[in-house]
Amino acid sequence: MNGVSKWYGTFKVLNNISLDIRKGERVVMCGPSGSGKSTLIRCINRLEEHQKGEIFVKGIELTDSVKNIAAVRSNLGMVFQSFNLFPHLTVLENLTIGPTLVRQMKRKDAEELAMHFLRKVRIPEQAHKYPLQLSGGQQQRVAIARSLCMEPEIMLFDEPTSALDPEMIKEVLDTMIELAESGMTMIVVTHEMGFARTVADSVFLMADGNIVERAGPEEFFANPKHERTRNFLDQILKH
Amino acid sequence: MAQSEILEQSTDLPPVFASGPVQWARRHLFSSVGQTLLTLFVAAVSARILWFVLNWAVLDAVWFATDPQACRDAAGACWAVIAEKHRPILFGMYPYDQHWRLVLFIVIYLATVVASLTPACWSRRILLPLWAFAVGAMTILMFGGVFGLPYVPTSEWGGLPLTIILFTGSVLFGMPIAVVLALGRRSPLPVARGLSVIFIESLRGVPLITILFVAVNIFPLFLPAGMEVNKLLRITLSIAVFFACYQAEVIRGGLQAIPRGQYEAAASLNMTYWQTTRRIILPQALRICLPAMTNHVIAAMKNTSFVIIIGLFDILTATTAVMQDPLWRQFYIEAYLFVALIYLVFGLALSSYARRVESWVAVGRI
Repeated sequence: MNGVSKWYGTFKVLNNISLDIRKGERVVMCGPSGSGKSTLIRCINRLEEHQKGEIFVKGIELTDSVKNIAAVRSNLGMVFQSFNLFPHLTVLENLTIGPTLVRQMKRKDAEELAMHFLRKVRIPEQAHKYPLQLSGGQQQRVAIARSLCMEPEIMLFDEPTSALDPEMIKEVLDTMIELAESGMTMIVVTHEMGFARTVADSVFLMADGNIVERAGPEEFFANPKHERTRNFLDQILKH
Repeated sequence: MAQSEILEQSTDLPPVFASGPVQWARRHLFSSVGQTLLTLFVAAVSARILWFVLNWAVLDAVWFATDPQACRDAAGACWAVIAEKHRPILFGMYPYDQHWRLVLFIVIYLATVVASLTPACWSRRILLPLWAFAVGAMTILMFGGVFGLPYVPTSEWGGLPLTIILFTGSVLFGMPIAVVLALGRRSPLPVARGLSVIFIESLRGVPLITILFVAVNIFPLFLPAGMEVNKLLRITLSIAVFFACYQAEVIRGGLQAIPRGQYEAAASLNMTYWQTTRRIILPQALRICLPAMTNHVIAAMKNTSFVIIIGLFDILTATTAVMQDPLWRQFYIEAYLFVALIYLVFGLALSSYARRVESWVAVGRI
């Protein structure tokens, strides 16, 4: 990502951001709300359009080209704050619709794949329920499994636990930690500092559309260089 | 200890209110002097009206008579007019000795529709052959000209079958048009959006009668000489696009109710616009606007009666024509009540079916 900028109207959300994320790297982005971290992650799979600069995913540049967008998205999985499961489909259908429609898998193979990932997120018994019959934590785990069914190389998480009750946050984080241990490249926007400490290779702090600090987790938490980072950590770790 | 606590709690039931018809009446009808007087007054008026209707419709009515004089001598309704005139009312000007074909038409139609609305039959393997057979059989029955059936041109069709054809045709053609218009109106492509808006707004701004008039009298002027489009087809398509313009706005409402996250989730799975629309957005949008869509379907059924102005004899127009008979003319109320009953049965069937579908949707069955 090179010199990326984006404006909402005249408001500059992303200010000339450049960064590299290596294969297998696990990156956690944090920062106060409105700092642009969600926008940044959404630019990576073109749910938002950047207006300046270049974004490359696996050597493919994100441009207006529909072909490029599709090629980039086929490498990316995305998990949303509000799950965004398809409420009119069962859990199993939520998982198989992508593989059957987009990857043109046979129904039977897609269902096997879906059950494999449902077992991974430890809710295979919910396969035939509808999303709204599940708890928030279960829904988010289904959403993770849905993305995994597309067999992406990179997973994007946009505040995956912010809409959850405390006791459900753990089950989702556990799933994400297992995923990290399997070697998946992950970019996670979250305020879960415990998660950042355990799995992240590097932690970013964003503020006002800039990346203020980028460091390994030990250094980030123990010895932050910037005033801004210290303030943020004070705020968030105080209670 | 814990257990006894639970037991104690379970005896703590909500207070019980006296219920039953007597208590209900006391609370709702006779709670004060004013209420009581009002209740008695309304009861008296209702009884008077009911008594009048009962006398007219049942006690003093003439049920069977081949001579209208018997009806004139009686004080009540003349239901005999229906026995006398039901065939031209139901079947219009269709040749009298061929009416059995229309009975068969209606039977096949009702059977096909009932089967199509049953969830157990919802698969392409059942519905496609069923409709292919039904449409084929119904076309042969109506037109004839093969298998020794005399040919009957569309200009002689009439009555209930004509109403059914107009209604079913306009809904079957109209729904896909409505979906396309609704999608067009929300399309990111300016041309598609502009065309949809112009189409919807210009047709919605015009009375149905005008559209029918254009279809019948003006449209043929634009066709090259010698080319002709069947009048019944033109009328059906006119009602269909009129229906579609209203239905499109209903569906647009459903589309707007779908949260942005649904589009984003589909995009992140790399689904195309059409895949997203067909599998994610439309199924949810149509469920949301089901009640409002039912409304327009029922309206479309009654809109078929507008064809009176361009000389098609649907069931209502046929009745008007039949009741020109000077012998029976004065009993037009009974004849129209009969037709109203038919409309009512169809309308109630539609709305009760729609309610059932809504309840299926609510429990996630479809």
